Amino acid sequence: MRALTSVFILSSALLLAACSSTPMNDKAPVVDHSGADARSVGTVSTSSDALNDPQGVLAKRSVYFDFDSYIVKPEFQSVIENHANYLKGHPDRNVKIQGNTDSRGGAEYNLALGQKRAEAVRKSLSLLGVRDSQMEAVSLGKEKPKALGNDEAAWAENRRADIVY
Amino acid sequence: MNKLITRLFALFVLTLAVTAHAQLRVEIAGVGANQIPIAIAAFGNESIAPSQVSAIIKADLARSGYFRVIDTGSVITENDAVNFADWKSRGANAIVVGSVQRLQDGRFDVRYRLFDTLKASQLSSMALAAQPQFIRVSAHKIADDIYEKMLGIRGAFATRIAYVTKVGREYHLEVADSDGEGVQLALRSNEPIISPAWSPDGTKVAYVSFENKKPVVYVQNLITRQRSVAANYKGSNSAPAWSPDGSRLAVALSRSGLTQIYIVNIDGTGLHRVSNSSGIDTEPHFSADGQTIYFTSDRSGGPQIYRMSVNGDNVKRVTFGSNYNISPRISPNGKTLAYISRRDGKFQLFVQDLSTGQEQRLSDTVKDESPSFAPNSQYIMYATESGGRGSLAVVSVDGSVKQRLTTQAGDIREPTWGPFMK
Repeated sequence: MRALTSVFILSSALLLAACSSTPMNDKAPVVDHSGADARSVGTVSTSSDALNDPQGVLAKRSVYFDFDSYIVKPEFQSVIENHANYLKGHPDRNVKIQGNTDSRGGAEYNLALGQKRAEAVRKSLSLLGVRDSQMEAVSLGKEKPKALGNDEAAWAENRRADIVY
Repeated sequence: MNKLITRLFALFVLTLAVTAHAQLRVEIAGVGANQIPIAIAAFGNESIAPSQVSAIIKADLARSGYFRVIDTGSVITENDAVNFADWKSRGANAIVVGSVQRLQDGRFDVRYRLFDTLKASQLSSMALAAQPQFIRVSAHKIADDIYEKMLGIRGAFATRIAYVTKVGREYHLEVADSDGEGVQLALRSNEPIISPAWSPDGTKVAYVSFENKKPVVYVQNLITRQRSVAANYKGSNSAPAWSPDGSRLAVALSRSGLTQIYIVNIDGTGLHRVSNSSGIDTEPHFSADGQTIYFTSDRSGGPQIYRMSVNGDNVKRVTFGSNYNISPRISPNGKTLAYISRRDGKFQLFVQDLSTGQEQRLSDTVKDESPSFAPNSQYIMYATESGGRGSLAVVSVDGSVKQRLTTQAGDIREPTWGPFMK
């Protein structure tokens, strides 16, 4: 009798699984099974903090600038919006916005130029409603280059402001 | 047993401290047009001291660019009779003689005399007693005295320099004699250190450290190792410059959202804003009388050098020759402005005669930074690059004398020349 019950439950489950037209619960996580075999295991994290998702929109934390420019380009507006939304929803979270420059010129003047980049990002976040107390714009100038080298590719990589939690 | 291990460990640390930073190597790349021929004898008994006094004097005077050193090839002490006619015939305008003695208390007594061979008369004499580790300073002080008696300008060999080295991932703030010898480590950090500045009495250094993920201005007592925060406001804190009386610092802070110049007491109290522009104002530097601050500002577009009174009034633009002029330093005698100018994509050391406004390029390198005057106003030290690595260079204010200082490994940058000391 017990064996029979087990068989019934198992077959019901198979039936449910086979029935692709069953409407999905809207709140259920969307899982992509394409290309996955029957033994694959997906991870669901109980952490609700989107900041920790390496694939999430908040994983992008850099805003790049043109040469001699301190204006946030439209293509980086979404990066700023994503972090603004997160910071507004998490008033206990604080960020440092670290401005950087390429390696050409004096250390102190570059520090001031990096500050202008950090300030531009800070102002954009502020305009979207992030509280000033959650943000600090600082500069690393040319002291912490992400890319070494003396070519345009390296310089462009270093003309950057990073949002650091 | 524990004691032995402790001692062995202490010895190990000491050895590390000595070997961790290689000595600077000095190359002389140019000399003055007129060199005074001077004979320097080996000093009597000088081999008993840890450093050879006459060799240090010779190296100092040769490096200055204004002396041609004639080796006497023999020992002559301050008590020996000097044959002036003989030295005159050998082309020496002056001769230096002396001796070294160990005193009862362990100090070394260095005695010296300087003679004018043309007038057959004594120009100067000194007796200096010093602990063994300061015998080099005694030699530099004798070189200073010779320089002053022969040229009429105070020598700066007995001064020190501070600079930052980067070896691997470590940043070191180091202090050395003006000839790059006697290196001492003042600060070790895994984050960058920039803009060191000597207090006027030479016992403290202010600098910017990034150890807290942002630039903060510290003041460090070199003797006691005591360190205090001079400026750590929201945003960036940088570019410390000492007031000539040593009581205050001018700094660049971004707390208002713009990088502007403020003055603060050394202990961090009494902060007030001095400059007022809608752009960048940074790199403040006091004139010798403390009444004027020179600084870099982009208020007209690109960075230019301006000056203002210490209360922020009477702002005047000082540089015009290029659209990028930064890092102003005024000579202690108030006559010369040194700065870095970008022309044709090259960052080079320039000077401006403040009475005529006449500019002169002093370097032929292309990545110059951080000029700093010797306290006698005769030389400028600056950072540059050679062989893809940071090195230091020294040039006389007339551009004729040139030296380069390099380390065996790693980058050397952010030099600053210390004041005259007792």
